[in-house]
Amino acid sequence: MATELAARPIVNSLTTGRLPRGSAWMLLVGCWILLGLVFLLVQLAGGTTSFNIVGTVFCGTILFDILIYVLSRLVEGARRAKDRLVTSLVTTAFIIVLLPLVSLLYTVVANGLGRMIEPSFFTESMRNILGEDGGVVHALIGTLEITAAAAIISIPIGLLTSIYLVEYGRGTLARVITFLVDVMTGIPSIVAGLFAFALFALITGNPGYRSGISGSVALAVLMIPIVVRSSEEMLKLVPNELREASYALGVPKWLTILKIVIPTSIAGITTGITLAIARVIGETAPLIVAAGFTTSVNYDLFNNPMMTLPAFAYQQYSQQGAIQSDYINRAWATALTLILIVMILNLVARLVARFFSPKLGR
Amino acid sequence: MVTNGTYRRLEWVAPAPSCNQTPEGNTVSFTRFGSIAVVAVAAALVLSSCASNEGTTTGSTGSPSALTGTLSGIGSSAQGTAETAWAAGFQGANSGVTVNYNPQGSGAGRTAFLGGQSDFAGSDAALKDTELATQSPKCAAGTKPIDLPVYISPIAIVFNIAGVTTLKLDAPTIAGIFSGKVTTWNDKQITAQNAGVTLPSAKINVVHRGDDSGTTQNFTDYLSANAPTVWTAAPAQTFPYKIGDAATGSSGVAAAVKSAKNSIAYLDNSAATGLASAQLKVGATYNTISAAGAADVVAKSPIAAGRAANDLAIAIDRKNTDANAWPNVLVSYLIVCQTYKDKATGTLVAAYAKYVASADGQAAAAKQASSAPLATDLAAKVAASIATIK
Amino acid sequence: MTTESAGRITAKIRRGDRVFSTSTVIAGSIILAILAAVAIFLVVQSFPAVVAKSGTLPNAAPNFWVYVGPLIFGTIWAAALAMIFAVPISIGVALFISHYAPRRIAQVLGYIIDLLAAVPSVVFGLWGANVLAPALAPFYAWLNTNASWFPLFQGSVSATGRTILTVAIVLAVMVLPIMTAVNREIFLQTPRLHEEAALALGATRWEMIRTAVLPFARPGIVSASMLGLGRALGETMAVAIVLSPAVVYSFLLLTPQNPETIAGNIALQFSEASGVGLSSLIASGLVLFVVTFIVNAIARYVVGRRKEFSGAN
Repeated sequence: MATELAARPIVNSLTTGRLPRGSAWMLLVGCWILLGLVFLLVQLAGGTTSFNIVGTVFCGTILFDILIYVLSRLVEGARRAKDRLVTSLVTTAFIIVLLPLVSLLYTVVANGLGRMIEPSFFTESMRNILGEDGGVVHALIGTLEITAAAAIISIPIGLLTSIYLVEYGRGTLARVITFLVDVMTGIPSIVAGLFAFALFALITGNPGYRSGISGSVALAVLMIPIVVRSSEEMLKLVPNELREASYALGVPKWLTILKIVIPTSIAGITTGITLAIARVIGETAPLIVAAGFTTSVNYDLFNNPMMTLPAFAYQQYSQQGAIQSDYINRAWATALTLILIVMILNLVARLVARFFSPKLGR
Repeated sequence: MVTNGTYRRLEWVAPAPSCNQTPEGNTVSFTRFGSIAVVAVAAALVLSSCASNEGTTTGSTGSPSALTGTLSGIGSSAQGTAETAWAAGFQGANSGVTVNYNPQGSGAGRTAFLGGQSDFAGSDAALKDTELATQSPKCAAGTKPIDLPVYISPIAIVFNIAGVTTLKLDAPTIAGIFSGKVTTWNDKQITAQNAGVTLPSAKINVVHRGDDSGTTQNFTDYLSANAPTVWTAAPAQTFPYKIGDAATGSSGVAAAVKSAKNSIAYLDNSAATGLASAQLKVGATYNTISAAGAADVVAKSPIAAGRAANDLAIAIDRKNTDANAWPNVLVSYLIVCQTYKDKATGTLVAAYAKYVASADGQAAAAKQASSAPLATDLAAKVAASIATIK
Repeated sequence: MTTESAGRITAKIRRGDRVFSTSTVIAGSIILAILAAVAIFLVVQSFPAVVAKSGTLPNAAPNFWVYVGPLIFGTIWAAALAMIFAVPISIGVALFISHYAPRRIAQVLGYIIDLLAAVPSVVFGLWGANVLAPALAPFYAWLNTNASWFPLFQGSVSATGRTILTVAIVLAVMVLPIMTAVNREIFLQTPRLHEEAALALGATRWEMIRTAVLPFARPGIVSASMLGLGRALGETMAVAIVLSPAVVYSFLLLTPQNPETIAGNIALQFSEASGVGLSSLIASGLVLFVVTFIVNAIARYVVGRRKEFSGAN
């Protein structure tokens, strides 16, 4: 790493003032083993019923943070010790995050994989299904169509608005829009659902109008502010020197934005959009209100209710029948499917970013 | 994207073309594979015009039915599982029909039905007088909706105490526990009824519904009828006392009881699988929870007075003391128009309701949702009402 | 862009420019229109609750403000707790990925974190209620017995672990991916020259980050935190599934009687609500709207004072 290269002193006998290489990692592993032994003793003494792996990793890492600071302070002095402390704290933060996330993923995969790989899961809907069969075709189609429509609505609006705010926006309108985007991030998801439902009841004149498109509008309301916020942040980071260089060459402003500003920030913008989609694809409450429930496949975005994966997962969990395991298995498998869809989405986003971002000499 | 950034900066940091090329190449081929997979999945979805289980008649009836159309219902989540079973049975016999039931909740169901948003509603409570005065756009002008009792579910008192499998409780004790007046398992009031059972001296962990529900309404109604001196709160959808843990939905309550030792809760019987259920003192005996006992109580309860002729709203007799009776019971209604503005919808709803109240429909719900099938005479009354739906 | 004043060089107005700038203004205006529509919807729907008489509101509240008070408190309290966990950890993780981790690992880690932003809130809720809460319950009991000198750990401990502390942890885990992803992007955008300059002056890695990376990234960090806070404030299903609510003002972290959040309350009561009850839920949604806006306005103010690092100012 650059920083190591730069910070490393000339290798000679002067290394006396440094901790040996790799000592940090050995210390970390040592702390884990030590705490592992402590928890093992607690377990053997009957304090806990099973081995506490979370406690081991967590307490071991904390112990490591303290030890490395003290050691480094003694050997290397205050500045290096502080650097070591921050390094270990940052690593600790990462390990702390991994604990719940790994637990969550493990729970989903362990409970969902078995059911998901059964052939019926991706070939059947839930129409006329009462037993352990059945699948998510109807919910999968619903989620893909509704989310795609939501993205088609909100990406242009969101991206153009952020361009307006960064490149054109001056004066009152820009301030008002910034203000409103902030307000929009505060719309509770279920309110977005109720709003979309009421809007379409008004437009269609049918008080019970529930369809995919009203779900899409509800999701778009939630998605637009995220797209604006993240794109705005990324556009702002494009150095002004690039814009000025472009203007100096006589390139019109709109072409400068299209050819210079957006490509430079495309990686960040794509990340933002992917995150926004990921954020809304798992929404449950607004879709239950706006898009409704069905057990059958419905391709038509504009007529009749559409099922979506999160709504299906929630329904399977909350409306368990006599044989509860059938329902719970389907719920977890659905959650796993949803995560996999977003994974594919991420891959596509990376591909987009790779194609469009300029090859910088970094 | 992200990693692009990472790559670029690292490339700059330590120029090492060979290291950089390999993963880059790998990633490209991987993402390319990913995009191919996406296209393949999308194509498969578009090409498969229908899920493999759709478009076929699974019912045993030989002749295809003439009914076609889509029915939409909104309402009680307690009925949700049963509605799935009914929709499956009805769609199986009539392949041209689709029944969509949205278990948003009873209140939402009644509001939606009266606002013309759905063809029928499922509700844990019969329509109130003010609601009956509303003209639903679905119903023909001047006609009122009717309540049909179609789903009966006994409410179980479940508990989780290590080593204890049977527990006998009377209504005042239950009221005491759930209102915070009885706080430990070895309280005299409990031990007096449970000779021979070793109860711990631990604190009682009460778990109740955190969301508003028909189950809470019926449970509190039972307690205020049978233990009015202890349970002083009025029957309500919201649990009235600030004690114990609240959990969301039947499945949430069941999970909470399973995870917390020395806990007790009330639950729809369908969600009580795998949990020990207490016996309830009815009259002089302790009765075990049973579908038949619940159906019996409902069948012997009077029809609420002052309603339309075909409206079968039931005033549940909470003080029924028959042998095996289980008066801690929830009745859920199918709410439909007496006469629909749209004839085709009327025909479809009538056919669906007929199936729901039939022996087949009730048996399907009992199998799927552990509900209590309607007793014969009540079923006959319901069927007679349904025959008048137009 | 002046066109009329004589004696000055007038910029040529190109058609492409005009079309493009107009379309961006239209997009902005659409947002305006959507928000106006949502606001009208909310105000109309919530009006009956705000003027409702005593006795018609849920929870036997005498007026709407008494009804919504504990909910506002709970919303802010839960979100604040979540941010206490999430902000430092997300900065730490983002730094780890952008400046500390070996590059191969960094690539994979960035990808994993992105993916976790996609886990639906229902799944977080189910995990929180069925895995996390039971796992934390014994720990809470221990804290309650041995650390009750700390005022927030007092009170009668919950047996199921479904407390506001568990909710805060679940919320923190939920908002971490989105916050980390944004922070990481910002850290990666730090001007290379600043970093090199710091290192060349003999700074340790931490000193380089403190003097070059963090000042540059501060507005972005605030922005990322606001995105996370917005989600934490408005989170519906996970709170509804995990929390054991009651109508109380309570700072206690370990008891079963926790203040409910606005969004969680809407999810819990919506299904059985009608009439004024429904109006009061929507009115509480309007209040959440306002709360989120105030929080965002404060953040905007903080960011606004630190504009000097933005490339496009």
